[in-house]
Parts: sequence; C-alpha cells; structure tokens
Amino acid sequence: MMSRGGPVRGTATGTGPDGERTRMKRLINRQPGRVGSVLLTALPFVGVLLAYGIASALRLAENPNDPLLPSLLTLGESFLRLATEENRRTGDILLWSDTAASLIRLGLGVGISALMGLIIGIVTGLIPVVHRTLSPFLVVLSMIPPLALLPILFIVFGVGELSKVMLIIFGVAPFLIRDLQQRVEQLPREQLIKAQTLGASTWQIILRVVLPQVMPRLLDATRLALGSAWLFLIAAEAIAATEGLGYRIFLVRRYLDMETILPYVVWITLLAFAFDLLLRVLTRRLFPWYRGGRAPA
Amino acid sequence: MTAAIHFDKVWKSYGHDVVLERIDLQVKAGEFVTVVGASGCGKTTFLRLLLGEEAPSRGHILMDGRPLPAEPGPDRGVVFQRYSVFPHMTVLGNVMAGLEFAAAPFTGRLLGRARRHARDEARDMLCAVGLEGALDKYPAELSGGMQQRLAIAQALVKRPRVLLLDEPFGALDPGIRKDMHALILDLWRRTGLTVFMITHDLKEGFYLGTRLLVFDKLRHDPHAPGAYGARITYDIPLGQTDRQVYEDIRTAIGVPESAPLSPQTPPHTEA
Repeated sequence: MMSRGGPVRGTATGTGPDGERTRMKRLINRQPGRVGSVLLTALPFVGVLLAYGIASALRLAENPNDPLLPSLLTLGESFLRLATEENRRTGDILLWSDTAASLIRLGLGVGISALMGLIIGIVTGLIPVVHRTLSPFLVVLSMIPPLALLPILFIVFGVGELSKVMLIIFGVAPFLIRDLQQRVEQLPREQLIKAQTLGASTWQIILRVVLPQVMPRLLDATRLALGSAWLFLIAAEAIAATEGLGYRIFLVRRYLDMETILPYVVWITLLAFAFDLLLRVLTRRLFPWYRGGRAPA
Repeated sequence: MTAAIHFDKVWKSYGHDVVLERIDLQVKAGEFVTVVGASGCGKTTFLRLLLGEEAPSRGHILMDGRPLPAEPGPDRGVVFQRYSVFPHMTVLGNVMAGLEFAAAPFTGRLLGRARRHARDEARDMLCAVGLEGALDKYPAELSGGMQQRLAIAQALVKRPRVLLLDEPFGALDPGIRKDMHALILDLWRRTGLTVFMITHDLKEGFYLGTRLLVFDKLRHDPHAPGAYGARITYDIPLGQTDRQVYEDIRTAIGVPESAPLSPQTPPHTEA
C-alpha cells in the first residue's frame, strides 16, 4: 500500500494507489463507440470478401479458365445476367422464376405451419382434454427426422408441389405447435382466473386473452423456424423439381458452374435475412406492449 | 346485490395432505374479512375454494344459501398480488373487457354505441380509482400501485357480489400501500361489498377489516406432517381488540418482533 497522505496519482505504468491497473477497464466493460461499432460490424464481411478476392486472383493468375473461384467482377456480371436475361427456350428470367417457385413453396409451407401452430398450440395448451389427447403424440411426432419422410412424401404425394410443401410442414409445424403450446401454458394462472371472473367463456378467453398474447410469440417462433424451412425447401428441390433456387444450384453443380451457384447462395441468404428483418419489424409495430414496450404516441 | 358466505364443515386435502380442517364459518353480507396466517397454512387454498378454482374435499360452501358455483365466475371478483391485468390491453381496454365479454358472446368486442357506452362506464370506474390520467397506457407503463388500482377497477366494473383480494398490496411500497388502503376502504363503504382479503401483514389485517380470521395448524405430527390441516384459530370482530390478543396472534403466526405495533381502531364503525 502507498501512503494515504496527499493526493495520489496514477503512475505512468497505469497503476493506481493499490497497485491495481486503473487505466484499462475490463474487456467486458469496454463498449465500442459509434464509428467503432460500424467498423467492427463491417470487419468480418470485408475480411471474407478480401480473402475470396485474393484466393480467386491467385487461382486465375495460374489458370484464367479456372471455374472454381470466379473473380468478384465475373460473379457480379453473372448475377446481372441471371437477373435480367431471358431464357432463350422458355422466355423466363431464370433468377426470378426460380425465386417465385421457391418462395411460393416456402410461403405455403411456413404459412400453413404457422396457422397449425397457432390453432393446435392454443387448444393443446389451454384445454386439458385436448392436451391429454395430443401432447404426447406431438412429442413423438416431432422426433421423426423430416428428411427421412421425404421418400414417403414423394411416393404418397408424387413429385409435384404438394410433397415439397408437405416436407416443410412436417419439418417446422411440430416445432411451432409445441412452442406455442408452451407459451400458452406459461400464461399466468391469475390471468385466466381473472378472465373467468370477468365472465369470459372459453372461446372469449382464446379470442381476447390468449390469441393476442401468443401472436408476437408466433412471429418470433416463425422467424426461428425459417432457417429449417429453407433447409427442407432446398433439400426437396435438390431431389425432385423442375425449377426453384435449390433445384438450380444442384442442377448446375454438374458443370462446376460457380458463376451461378455463388450468386444464388448470396441471393438465398439475402432473402432469408430480409424475411427475418420483416418479421422482427412486424412484431415491434403490431405488438407494442410485447417486451414491455410503450404505447404508440 | 352483495352476498353472504357460509362454509359448512369444509375440508380440503390433496392426497394424504390435509390443508384445511373442518372450516365452519358464517360471513354476513357486507363484512370486510381479513385473513392472516403463517405461510403454508391454507390461506391461499381458502381463497381458491371461494373462487371455485378448487372444490372442497368434504363439506359445502354456500353463497346466499345456494351452493357456490364450481368454477370462477363474474359474481366473485378477484385481485391477485401480480398478473391480475392483461398486458396486451390498454388501461381502458382492461376495464372494458369485462363489459364486452358479457355483451358480445361471440366476438368479445363491442362496436358503435354499445362500445361508447361501455367506454364511458369503464372511464367512470377508472376515475373512481384515480386512473383517469392513464387511460391509453399499457400496464407495463404503470407503477405497481397503479396496476393494482387497475386490477381493482377491472374487478369492480362487473359489480361482483364478493370481492376476493389475495395479498393485493404485498408487493407495494409502504407509502403507496397506505393510499391503497384508503382507496379500498372508500370503495368498500360505497359498494357495501362482501370482501375477503388475504394478507401477511397483521397490522393491515387489523386496520382494514371488520373481522379478522387467523389460520393456523394446531396439531402437528412430526412423523406425518400432512396429517393435520389448518383451522381458524381466531375469529375476531375488529374494533374491540385488546393488546394481549394482538400479541398472541402475532406470536402464533410468526410475525417478527418489529417496532411496537398497536392495533389501530379501524376507521369505520360497524353498522
């Protein structure tokens, strides 16, 4: 210990009166500034692009016809071509027709799953008789690996749209149902009692107490389920389809056509990111009371 | 309007655990009954029986001579310590909900003139509890005391015959609690409701009620802790309690020796 008398100043080495370091805060307490935040966010993206650019340049220097790592410029041109040029045979623009086909499948699959999650989740979570009937069954159902069902789906529903949508439903509906059911079960007992003392029937409790409170959770859960929905979509398209984003990248794989595959992957990622953002904004706008939010002024 | 409650030799047990033992009780319409007791001695079970959330294992509960309905209903309003209000409805919406449930069986919502009427009635109720400045806020924006005011307004707008309060002020600061006491006494005097209030605060129990019930387990079997249930060990009309009784209860329910409490004379006179 230093003497207590007189003003004590940190020394040049950054030690305080007790010999502890005082200049540097702990790592967990150091917050990046505004500019720092932007830079830190950009860092991994820039890093990956840079690494790709260097690797691509090295390979192309050796062999200008190397198909594996096309230059960023080539990829950009390729993306533009995919997004603007009409296919000579069909007259469709490849990227858009593939995107439309995939999004319809994804939208149907996820939409139907969300609806099932909402309805079945609420009744199994709220009504004891239904809970007894369905809850254990749903647990078992959700253990089936959906991809193992794919051959069955193709056999039963054919190789058309239905089997792909069904795969997505089998993949995400059990998760959504169980998540919503748990959410309903977590509603405080006091609220349900209170609603009854206000004269609400079971139907009115569902409509005015349970449904509005689980809707934001449904959007949250759907957001989490989108990742697996994409997985099942691309898997189904890879195996049997005539168009679609997943179909395309697996089709051109045979020709090592990285000029198509890489832009498609980036495009799929962008779409996934956009849906995630959309659902998050929607939750915040539609349900201001969720997470202790404030009423719109 | 307001109802009398009769417990006729009521027992409640869960499996082999007896919680309440032979509860015999007559409560007149308009009484303000406060219930105290050590934790785990059946106060909450008593309230759940009154709510209809639980059925007695033996005996009967009668409301104005008729068996109490076996599930919660609009004749018995309730305010819990927490989670009494709906977080997704505004203050006004929370109070209107009760009116809407009764008038719109299928949609649970009112439109047009009926809605305006319900809105006015809800607004009047909210004024009575002092929330006229917060009509469009969500409960999360309210303080704990304001949330409890809202829960009270929500219950009273249905004009219940009995009001059940489950430690309604237990989570509030002492100053706020005092305001709430004044509010609940005022509302009780104006409505003439039969009130049951559970509290762990003995002083509050003495101050608010016209009658105090103490729940306690008298018999213990150390080898079978669930063998005996709690009974009503004191049933005192308030306003005439001497200090000795107060001290006896305080030791019985295990309230710690704090600042010397003197039983305050309730601020109301019995009719």
